[in-house]
Amino acid sequence: MLIQRYSLISLAWCFITLGSYGHTIVVDRSGKNKSIKRAIASAQPGDTIRIKPGNYREGNIVLEKSLVILGENYPVLDGDHKFEILTIHAHHVTIQGLAFINTGVASINDLAAIKVLDSKHLYIRNNRLENTFFGIHLSNSSQVWIENNELHSDVKTEHQIGNGIHLWKCNHITINSNKVRGHRDGIYFEFVTNTLITGNRSEGNMRYGLHFMFSHNNEYRDNHFVNNGAGVAVMYTAGVKMINNTFEHNWGSSSYGMLLKDIRDSYVKGNVFIQNSVGIFMEGSSRIEFTENTFSKNGYAVKLQASCDGNNFTRNNFSANTFDIATNGSLVLNKVNGNYWDKYEGYDLNRDHVGDVPYRPVSMYAMIVEETPTAVLLWRSFLVFLLDRAEKAIPAITPENLKDDSPSMKPYDFN
Amino acid sequence: MARIVKYVFLDILRTRFILLYTAFLLISTIALFQLDSDSSKVVMSLLNIVLMVVPLISIVFATIHFYNSYEFIELMLAQPVKRNVIFISEYAAVAVSLCVAFVVGVGIPMLVYGAGASGVTLLFCGIVLTLVFTSLAFLASVVTRDKAKAIGIALLFWFYFSLIYDGLLLWIVYTFSDYPLEKITLSLVALNPVDLARIIMLLQLDISALMGYTGAFYKDFLGSNLGAIASAGILLVWIAAPLAWAQRIFSKKDL
Repeated sequence: MLIQRYSLISLAWCFITLGSYGHTIVVDRSGKNKSIKRAIASAQPGDTIRIKPGNYREGNIVLEKSLVILGENYPVLDGDHKFEILTIHAHHVTIQGLAFINTGVASINDLAAIKVLDSKHLYIRNNRLENTFFGIHLSNSSQVWIENNELHSDVKTEHQIGNGIHLWKCNHITINSNKVRGHRDGIYFEFVTNTLITGNRSEGNMRYGLHFMFSHNNEYRDNHFVNNGAGVAVMYTAGVKMINNTFEHNWGSSSYGMLLKDIRDSYVKGNVFIQNSVGIFMEGSSRIEFTENTFSKNGYAVKLQASCDGNNFTRNNFSANTFDIATNGSLVLNKVNGNYWDKYEGYDLNRDHVGDVPYRPVSMYAMIVEETPTAVLLWRSFLVFLLDRAEKAIPAITPENLKDDSPSMKPYDFN
Repeated sequence: MARIVKYVFLDILRTRFILLYTAFLLISTIALFQLDSDSSKVVMSLLNIVLMVVPLISIVFATIHFYNSYEFIELMLAQPVKRNVIFISEYAAVAVSLCVAFVVGVGIPMLVYGAGASGVTLLFCGIVLTLVFTSLAFLASVVTRDKAKAIGIALLFWFYFSLIYDGLLLWIVYTFSDYPLEKITLSLVALNPVDLARIIMLLQLDISALMGYTGAFYKDFLGSNLGAIASAGILLVWIAAPLAWAQRIFSKKDL
């Protein structure tokens, strides 16, 4: 009996505290509360602010309380081309269902639609950002979910636009299913660790679709990087996992599907590289496993500089690339083994689906061009065709050790 | 002149070679379009035909034709007709029939399957190379009386422009790779119609993004109005100069 009474009392206590917790304040252009700023000022930590549809021009809104801000039908927060719109400096905040338009453009401050400073446990979900300088800008924060946001900008020149999702010195962030279009860098990380990036689409950005430095132990899955000015460039990082991403149509004389500079101890699996002028460009990178990737219709599938070591290419599909692999020296410290090459002309006598003679993926002409770029003017001439044939028979210039000893006779099926 | 052209033209048609050539181009172009649905790739493959086969056929056919119609030329010279007229008529008939064969063989499938601006450039390059190599064939024909020797010279021309010259160019680029060579190579490329046609063609295709700085430099020049006029002018010189030289020899020659 006594226990029952106690549990009843404690249950009642729970309801009382719940009741006192979390009021909801409704902001409406045609209602009692017209201003988001005043609603924030009057709210207690833990309250919810519900914003009805409408146009809100309130300059820079600073949020320093743990609040949940929900938009109904995408109320528009307009920065009037002057202000940063929402600055968050508080833990446990949710921002959901808002539309942010027209932030200011500045060359000293990184004005953003949503800026987060020194905060933890945030949700930024289902927002729409249009014509913002920086989109979502986080610094020194952790445990943040950035999910289902759509970012779009239409600026023509690079100095008038910032990055879409910009993270500086953060950890344990999840970035899921966002769409970024027309920014400078779609997703930009500096000193960001232990972060998961999944299912995002970064398209038509001026510079890079994804750009990171010093950002260790992050995982990238199922992202699409399409038609960005210079593709994807990642630098000075260890422990990168790139799985099932698509790098498509990053085409131009200085554009790369993925540029790896000083990347160590990483894992690249199941990615698709289609129609990039260079699929993967590697420089000073070590101990990366490349497996089950598909390289198709690229200018160069892989440019593997001689400064790379201990990288392994196994079970990848190479088809319809102009050049499969190019390198710039005779030193080879990387392994290429068991891949499928559509240009392979060997035979398979014992029918074990492994070619009996090695395949040399480096064409002589690619070597010559790497050494003397002017020689590119002989491209597609009859002479080059003959030289390449001769070199395939008796290698003289191409690195002797860069060969696939057990090339697959059939393309691998990764689905 | 029109009458001579007509007779030469009928003579060419009678040998049926030109029809075979048209059929060959037609079949191979259609086959390429059937094999690959991407029209820019087809243009890329057709480029090989235009750069290798078209010059070879043009120069060999024109040389052989010149010798086969030697008796006809001698007969014409007995008539009150100027040597220049005879010579130009011969050239016009051969060049036009080869060009028509090329345009029909490559152009019609392109029209059917659709190839865009790069296809037009390809047709232009093919026609120009046909004219250039026909001129060279006439030059080879008039410098010697011996048919075998003339075919040898013609083949040497072809060999020189599609292989030997590129070898020399590669050697120069390799040897002087420490110097900025863009301007020099650009002028050296102008000295070979096959190279010039190839580069004009490559710059048309989006694959030119792989050509790096050199490609960008070339594109900048050849893409400008001045560059377009200059390259067209150079190709015109490549047609006119050998022909004028051949005509000079022909008009003084003791047949």
